[in-house]
Amino acid sequence: MSDKEIINKIKKIVEPYVQRLEGLKNFQEETDFLNDLQINSANLVDVVLDVEDEFDIEIDNDSMEGMLTVGDAKSIIERKLMTR
Amino acid sequence: MPKRVVITGMGVAAPNAVGLSNFNNALKQMKSGIRFFPQLQDLNFSCQIAGKPEISKELLNKYFTPLQLRGLNSSGIVYGVISGVDAWNDAGLDILETESPDWDSGIIFGTGILGVDKFREAIHLIDEGKTRRLGSTSVMQTMASGISAYLGGILGCGNQVTTNSSACTTGTEALLMGFERIQSGKAKRMLVGSCSDHGPYIWGGFDAMRILPNKYNDDPEKASRPMSESASGFVPGSGAGALVLEDLDSALERGARIYCEVLGGEVNSGGQRAEGSMTAANNEAVIRCIQNALKNSDVDPNEIDSINGHLTATTRDSVEIDNWTRALNRRGEDFPYINSLKGMTGHCLSASGSIECIASVLEIYNEYIFGNLNGEDKHPDILKLIDAESIPDAKIERKINILAKASFGFGDVNAVTIFKRYIT
Repeated sequence: MSDKEIINKIKKIVEPYVQRLEGLKNFQEETDFLNDLQINSANLVDVVLDVEDEFDIEIDNDSMEGMLTVGDAKSIIERKLMTR
Repeated sequence: MPKRVVITGMGVAAPNAVGLSNFNNALKQMKSGIRFFPQLQDLNFSCQIAGKPEISKELLNKYFTPLQLRGLNSSGIVYGVISGVDAWNDAGLDILETESPDWDSGIIFGTGILGVDKFREAIHLIDEGKTRRLGSTSVMQTMASGISAYLGGILGCGNQVTTNSSACTTGTEALLMGFERIQSGKAKRMLVGSCSDHGPYIWGGFDAMRILPNKYNDDPEKASRPMSESASGFVPGSGAGALVLEDLDSALERGARIYCEVLGGEVNSGGQRAEGSMTAANNEAVIRCIQNALKNSDVDPNEIDSINGHLTATTRDSVEIDNWTRALNRRGEDFPYINSLKGMTGHCLSASGSIECIASVLEIYNEYIFGNLNGEDKHPDILKLIDAESIPDAKIERKINILAKASFGFGDVNAVTIFKRYIT
């Protein structure tokens, strides 16, 4: 799966949780879930569950804590996909 | 000087109608909301009928954002939010998108138990060792105060926001708690009400107690028979009702429509002493509750035009009537009109008090007394106490000045409130 495909999938997953829609227009690796998209921090666990379902992987608590930006999420997904 | 309290908005999700004007029409037409549920049959329930509000997908989308709807599996929250938001809009109040909440408005919204279907989901996941899969809303959908928390966030209320719980008196108690808060000047507006989840996990315990009718599975609309000789138990229901209580000065200032005035009321308990028990009322406490409600409202028993009883369609209906005759010292032809909504909706449990308060207020505002569905064969023990004319079989047009509403609940708890026509 290419970087672009993964990022597009992440975008689709986070859309329902985004409170600042402008943040979606410029959706890139640097996009920060809490600051740029204003996703409620409690909803991050839901994003993680949706990512797990989409990619058929499991994201442990430590990995989740480091998942602040789209790029972080992409790296974690790639790592998990490789060790699957 | 205690503040005067009026009702300026109402919203309802009842088994026989969703939405205030639909509900008003349903009352006039004596429409039943009791249906057969194949699921209850599959689960070997004795009573396979129940009352459940019908909520379409389109309606849900009007009240909840797509994000709120994700994983939403708490029917009490669905009914409570629909009725609460409706009541707020009906009162002509805006939902402000300001940074500061509305400090003068609060919420007391009760429930018996909340989000059982969500809780069941969680139990299955936890037992499978998948606690991490619960998602973020398991807590707020199942905490008792979830309903006041959802409404508090939607409406932006900054006064007291809480949930009360007192079994089947919950809704009427919530109204009186909100009343007291406004009366004492601590709030200008209180959204009060209650909700009850639906489904087998709510109703199963009652079915196990063998207090639900089991002979009407083929004839659901005939099953709920308050005050009738053939009454054989209450039909379980669900739903929610919400009322906006408001300081009279505030209501007048903003030119709000006033449905009626809340004069006062009383809540008490029989302490499960004498004939009182976990499931039955102590008669002295019921009589005392009615009498103190009148005293607190400065109303003479002879001024009562109509009563909306608790009257669940069990053998205890005649005991309730006996208590009313003793409390008011009125019997036979001298007894006021009395009706029970439960013939149409079944017993909506923790939602019953608020839904029935709304029915009572609609009667006052629209000048009618709704008829008792399935009450034609009045119980002989009741007819020994009061005249048959007091128990209308069909709707009658009538101006009501004072109406008394009672709710009684498991744990031997009672609540009575007194409503009065508001004359400008």
